[in-house]
Amino acid sequence: MDYILSLLLIAIGAALINNFVLKYFVGICPFIGVSRRVDMAFGMGCAVTFVISIAAMLSWTFTNFILQPSAPLTKWIAGFFMSPEAAANIDLSILNYIVYIFVIASSVQLVEMYVRKFSPGMYKSFGVYLPLITTNCAILFACLEIMKHVSTGGGSGDWGSAGGGQSWGLAQALTLAVFGGIGFTIAIVIMAGIREELDHCDIPAPLRGAGITLIVAGILALAFMGFTGVDTKLKRKIAPERETTITASSHGSETHATSATGGSGQ
Amino acid sequence: MAKDGPTPLERFINGILPENPVYRQLLGMCPTLAVTGNMKAAMTMSGAVLFVLFCANIITSLIRHLLKPHLRILVFTLTIATFVTIADRFLAAYMYEMSKELGPYIPLIIVNCVIICRCEVCASKQGVIAAGADAIGQSIGFALALASIASVREILGEGSWFAMRVMPEAWPAWAIMILPPGAFITLGLLLGGANWFGMSRSAKTAA
Repeated sequence: MDYILSLLLIAIGAALINNFVLKYFVGICPFIGVSRRVDMAFGMGCAVTFVISIAAMLSWTFTNFILQPSAPLTKWIAGFFMSPEAAANIDLSILNYIVYIFVIASSVQLVEMYVRKFSPGMYKSFGVYLPLITTNCAILFACLEIMKHVSTGGGSGDWGSAGGGQSWGLAQALTLAVFGGIGFTIAIVIMAGIREELDHCDIPAPLRGAGITLIVAGILALAFMGFTGVDTKLKRKIAPERETTITASSHGSETHATSATGGSGQ
Repeated sequence: MAKDGPTPLERFINGILPENPVYRQLLGMCPTLAVTGNMKAAMTMSGAVLFVLFCANIITSLIRHLLKPHLRILVFTLTIATFVTIADRFLAAYMYEMSKELGPYIPLIIVNCVIICRCEVCASKQGVIAAGADAIGQSIGFALALASIASVREILGEGSWFAMRVMPEAWPAWAIMILPPGAFITLGLLLGGANWFGMSRSAKTAA
């Protein structure tokens, strides 16, 4: 039960409360660049969700078995060359970033080849933004969050305090990635919907394009702030007996006050 | 952008205002929005970007004849990732508090479009001096943009600048300016202001 609850909290946290785009500002480039039409925005969201899941899976595997201090595979290989104590002390986490960016670049390459083969129309409409998924911060951000929770055993962070304290398994990592991707899709599709309407408005000339998009995004972020506190409430509903420990360890607990105000902002 | 033209000096000046990475090219938005809650974080970020961009540009420029076209982006990102790791470790060692505050945004410099764009546009085509000058110019432009946004947000949001009090005590701190929505709205309005300024100037020169 606790396990399911922690997954659920991570999912809601990633998709709504701590929306990647509107809370952490990652993935802003496609958010502004590809949000002109709803269907393209949706395609972009799906592509990002797909890449983010693959990259998260791979980076969890690498972190857990190779990169983190005294990881099993590294220890085993190093055991052939040095004494067991020295092997146990090997810490490859300095290579984290390089490995992650390599993983992401390869998964984007994979998606690009797939899309080009099976839906050329979509490939054409994405244009330069498809290879640019490599440089989409959202994906690296998800990998980094996972790294933090695998190698240091979590602790702080915004992904529901039920998940903190112990280090994440593959299930938690994947949940964060998939729902983070879904959160990105939600944000970019809403944005595209608003921008389609904005085409009929008389916007002051200097604000046209990116300016008005950013201001609308700000209002959207304001609306999404209304979701803060949903997780605390949910936790209390599902597992009331753990309430005291949860509120004590919960990180962003200034939140319940705003829970009723937003949500209908779109 | 020019194929072989701009001299180092032009590159340097271009980066600061005419091709300002944030206001003109709309690149590197993630750190621009995320770390501008106060001036100190913004300036640390600019310093890190300066270091990474300078080193990456120099290296890219040195190896530009060896690059294979289809692998170049990967080479750029790996080069950048190396220097970002150095910057990250350095910050964690000497400015621990700041490195905690900036959190994931230091490693996210790897995927900062500004750096990849400069490697692609300038460093992979020109010599070392031009690349270095370009890196410094772009970084100063980036730092100016970050400083402008961070000033607005910190002064309105906390009534202080560089953690020094500038507003009277009675100033009601606009908490929303330090929160995410404030970042979006500030950047949107400043962008509009920059565009308006550019438009009115070009209208004047035309007239």
